[in-house]
Parts: sequence; structure tokens; C-alpha cells
Amino acid sequence: MSEQPAQPQQRGESRSTLSRRRLFTRVAVGGGGLVAIALAVPVVGYLLGPLFDSTPATWADLGPVDSFREGETREAELSDPSSLPWAGETARTAVWVRRATGNDFTAFQVNCTHLGCPVNWLPGAQLFLCPCHGGVYNGDGTVAGGPPPRSLFTYKTRIRDGRLQALASGLQTV
Amino acid sequence: MVKLLLLTWRWLDERLGFSSTIMPIVRHPVPRSVNWWYVTGSATLMAFILQVVTGVALATNYVPAPSGAYDSLHFITSQAEFGNILRGMHFFGASAMVVLVLIHMTQVFMTGSYKYPRELNWLSGVLLLALTLAMAFTGQLLRWDQNAFWSTVVGAEQAARTPVIGGILTKLMIAGKTMGGATLTRFFAIHVFLIPALIFAVVGLHLYLVIRHGVSEWPRAGRPVHKATYLSEYDEELKHGEPFFPDAAWKDVIVMLLVVVAIIALAVIFGPPHLGKPADPTIVQAYPRPDWYFVWYFAVLALSPPSIENLVILGFPLLVFLGLALIPLLWPTGERSLRSRPWAPAVVTVPVILVVVLSVEGFRAPWSPNFAALGASPLPAAVQNQLDPARQKGAQVFQFRGCRACHAIEGAGGHKGPDLGAVGDRLTPAQLTTRIAAGGGGMPAYAGVLSPAEMQVLVDFLQGLRSPNREPAGTPLAP
Repeated sequence: MSEQPAQPQQRGESRSTLSRRRLFTRVAVGGGGLVAIALAVPVVGYLLGPLFDSTPATWADLGPVDSFREGETREAELSDPSSLPWAGETARTAVWVRRATGNDFTAFQVNCTHLGCPVNWLPGAQLFLCPCHGGVYNGDGTVAGGPPPRSLFTYKTRIRDGRLQALASGLQTV
Repeated sequence: MVKLLLLTWRWLDERLGFSSTIMPIVRHPVPRSVNWWYVTGSATLMAFILQVVTGVALATNYVPAPSGAYDSLHFITSQAEFGNILRGMHFFGASAMVVLVLIHMTQVFMTGSYKYPRELNWLSGVLLLALTLAMAFTGQLLRWDQNAFWSTVVGAEQAARTPVIGGILTKLMIAGKTMGGATLTRFFAIHVFLIPALIFAVVGLHLYLVIRHGVSEWPRAGRPVHKATYLSEYDEELKHGEPFFPDAAWKDVIVMLLVVVAIIALAVIFGPPHLGKPADPTIVQAYPRPDWYFVWYFAVLALSPPSIENLVILGFPLLVFLGLALIPLLWPTGERSLRSRPWAPAVVTVPVILVVVLSVEGFRAPWSPNFAALGASPLPAAVQNQLDPARQKGAQVFQFRGCRACHAIEGAGGHKGPDLGAVGDRLTPAQLTTRIAAGGGGMPAYAGVLSPAEMQVLVDFLQGLRSPNREPAGTPLAP
């Protein structure tokens, strides 16, 4: 540690020396700032990338219409349109499909609207029960009890060539 | 030989400046009143170092992608040499760090050591508490079993409750519109690079401040901190102080050793936390629970009234950290001794009791339905044996319609609703019918679900459930 402290300005030393040092200070501090910005723009932009994900919602297959019986609710699977090759099991997600009558389908997001745990369908009780904080929903997705602030989220559905499809749009939250 | 070593040492020392720069820090004077209470910071630091060491080791085998994470954890746990113990150490190290940070903060608070000139020591410590909790949360997710997966969803949904920017926060947290390939890599990077780097930086600042301001002397009643006089009083105290190393440091080393031995012992005896089923969003049969240090908060989320829930989810953590940060800013001077701060133990005790009570409640989770009771598991034999064929039918309805998810009989079943073991004592058949059909008090209405015949046998079954002292077990029940 043999750092030389900066010599204080001598009286009478020309003002130009002083302003040179000021200039150097400004160049060093300003330059450092520019380096930080130059590094931050690509890195922060990269990390914020998910915000600019513009993968359009796509229609995903839930299975043949005939595989859903009238008056029943059962689990189906949905493929995530924007899934990455290494997503493994997470490329697919569960959906609760209710076929009330005829072609009246409702596809529920499995996540409880309270804080997202997966609700379970109890056919005997005709209720969806959440395992986490006690949310209960009726068969039509409306809240029957517990803390959920709203009914279950649903996906848009349509029927193409005898198959039920849902518009996969990503996790819907309150 | 000795001469050569000595020469080498001198050569190194001249260049490293060990004797001239490091030793004065190591041997800096501390007050003689430093005692065993002062070891809590070193103990916490030791837990952190242990986390870094075990974490780096674990990372050599961990695959941070959903397609491989679970299998790699299985490999670490069951095949890798010492893998089981390392995972256990990392888990108990995390628990130790959470506990020790809180103990350290309690000690500093109780001795009033956050006061002038050590306010920044406290503030950087509060930041370290936040970072420790962030490590605990992100760490659980890397386990990538069903519990981890759904806990991440719960975390993301909490972020989504933030006004205005909730959606943005959620997308940033799970790295996209859904939980998937990008989520785990993001959490991995945050857990092993970002937060540890921040912790290193803030621990550096924290330790620098400890050296700069010195370890506080043990508080004495009647010796309040005044900004004008404290520094000179402290300097006076140090004049007959003792060198930190070894006079005070030996206690720290003993406790650090105890921390490491205890964590290794726990890892060997109990092993790492159980790996549940692999994370799979197509399997809804999950029972997500946080690790023990967040179970109290799990209870808060279940118990807070829906009307003020957003306020609780967002406002409560904010309030806690704001409160902690304000302590040294609002009370930078004055008495440090507990004799003059009788409220200080209460300020610590009340939250501790609250957290313990909430944790107990969180582990019981009476608000959660009991899915296990819905399977083939029969009613307790004591109940079953008393049933005539008609009431047998009612019991079947009770089972099939899922009543037991929320209601227990003789303790077997859920606890969301009241135990119905003796409901016949309390309610008449008419009252039972009304309650079942119309619901209320958190119970859904079953009018549209049960047929009149089912309702009849169900009510008959429930009516017959009486407490033993009214109808001793074994005597035939009234029809």
C-alpha cells in the first residue's frame, strides 16, 4: 500500500491544471457511467425478455368431443404453444373440461383463483376443492366457499373436426 | 529448511502486507465486556459459508432444466458419493441460516447495538434478512417436485396481486406466460448467482462496518448513547480493551464449529428433505406446502379475510421490513440496557408467539380438504359396527358425496367443517336437512347434488351419530 495522496494545489498554480484535473474527474466518472449503461442495456433487456414474448395464443387440442360425456367433468391435457424444448413435463398442463349438455363445453384453468394451487374435482360432491387454502368451487366454476376472489378462469373452446380445442393463452391470474 | 520457509513467508508478507494491513484488523481491540452473546453473527456467517460450499458442490450435478432437474436430484440423493448428506447439509444449513439471522437480529435489538453510530450495520442486516428469505424461497423451487412447482405458482400469483405492475412481475418471475422451461433456469440463476453475489457484497459491507465502528460494548443501565459523546466514550473503553483475535474470537470459532457439527449431524440423522413426485402440471393431485420456515405465512394466506387479503399479501411484508428499517432511524440514541427498555422483550416475544401459533396452525391446515379420506378408507370400525343396513347406505352417501373431505367422524376425515362424530346430539333431522341442502358458514349447498332419497339416508345416518355418554357405545341406537 504505497498510494501517493494527490498533492493539494499549490497557491498560484495555474488554473488550467485545476481544470485539467476536473476534466479528468468528469471523464473518469462519466466514462464509468457510460460503461455501466453500455453493459446494462443488453443485460437488462435480455432479462426483461419475457415481457416482450409475443407468442400468439393458439388453439390446442383437448381430445375428441366424444371422449367427454354429457353431464361430466374430467381432466384433459393442453400443450403450451410457447414451450421450450427442455420444458419436459411442463410443456403440458391440466385442464378441467365440463360438458354440460350437447356441445356446451367449459374448459377451466386448474389453478385456484386464490393463489394458483391445482383444484381437484370431486364428482360425488360436484365440487372443485383446492388443496392449499381451502377454496371450494361449484361445478360451473363459481365460488362455493373459502378465500377465492372469483370463479375459476376458463379457456375459450371450439370444436373442429370432431375434436375439442382450447385457446391456450398462458397462466391467467386475478 | 526452516530458514527457507521463513524467507518465503517474508517474501510473501512483504508483498501481501499481511502483518502490516491484515493483522491490525484481526487484532483490533474490542471491549472487554464482549461475551458469549456476541457469537450470533459469526454463527450466521458460518451457516452462509456452509451454504456456499455445499451449494457449489451440489451444482456440479444439478441440471437446471425441467426435463432433467428431478432426475439429477434423484441421482444426487441416491447415487452420488455423499450426495445424500450434502443435500441434507444444504437443507439444514438453509434452516440454520434463517434461524440464526433472526437470533442475531434479536440479540442486536435486545442490546440496542443498532444505535449510533451502527445504524447502517442494522440496515445492511435487514437487507441480508430479506436476501436470506429470498434464498430460502428460490431454493425450495429448485427441488422441482410437485411441491416445488405449485409453490412457485403460489409465489407468482402473490406477485400478480401487486397493483398495476402485478402482471409484469409475474411474467418476469416465471419468465413467460406459463411455468415452463424458462422458469427453472431463471430461478436457478437467481439462486446460485444473483442473490449470492448480493449477499457477498452486503456481508462485505456489514463486516466492514463492524470493523469501522467496532463491536458495541455490553449495555449498562444509566449509560445512554449520546451522539456527541459516544465515540469518545467508546474510544476510552477500547483503551483497556482486548484484541479481537484471539481473546474474543475463540468463542466465535467454537460456536462456528458447533454450527457445522450440528448441521452435519442433522443431515446424517434426518437426511435431505423428501423428494415428492416430479413436477408435472398435468397431475393435479398435489398437496403444496412450503418449507417449515414459511408455513406460518401459508397459514396467514389461508386465514386472512378475503376483503383485506391483497393488503395482507403485499402490505404485510412491506410493513415488517419498513418497521425493521425504521428502528435505528427513529431511535438512534438513548438507553441500550434492557432495564430501561422493558418493552424490547415484548417487541420480540409477540411476533415469535404469533409465528409459532401460525406455524402450528399451518401444519395442521384444518382449512384444507382431506383428500386421503375420500378414497377407499372406511369409517372407523367403532362407527361402522354400529350401523344397521339402512344407516350403512347413509354412510355410503357420506363417503361418496365427499363429505369426509371436510368433516371428520371420530377424528377420521377433514377438519375444515365441524367433526360430525356426535352431530346427532346437536341437530335435529330437520336442522340437518336444511344445513345440508342450503349450506352456509363456508359449506356449499348440496340441494342440487343429493337426490331426496340420498338426503333421507344421509340425515338418518348423521342423526344416529351420538356421543358415547348419551348413548354408550355398544347399546343399540335409536332408529
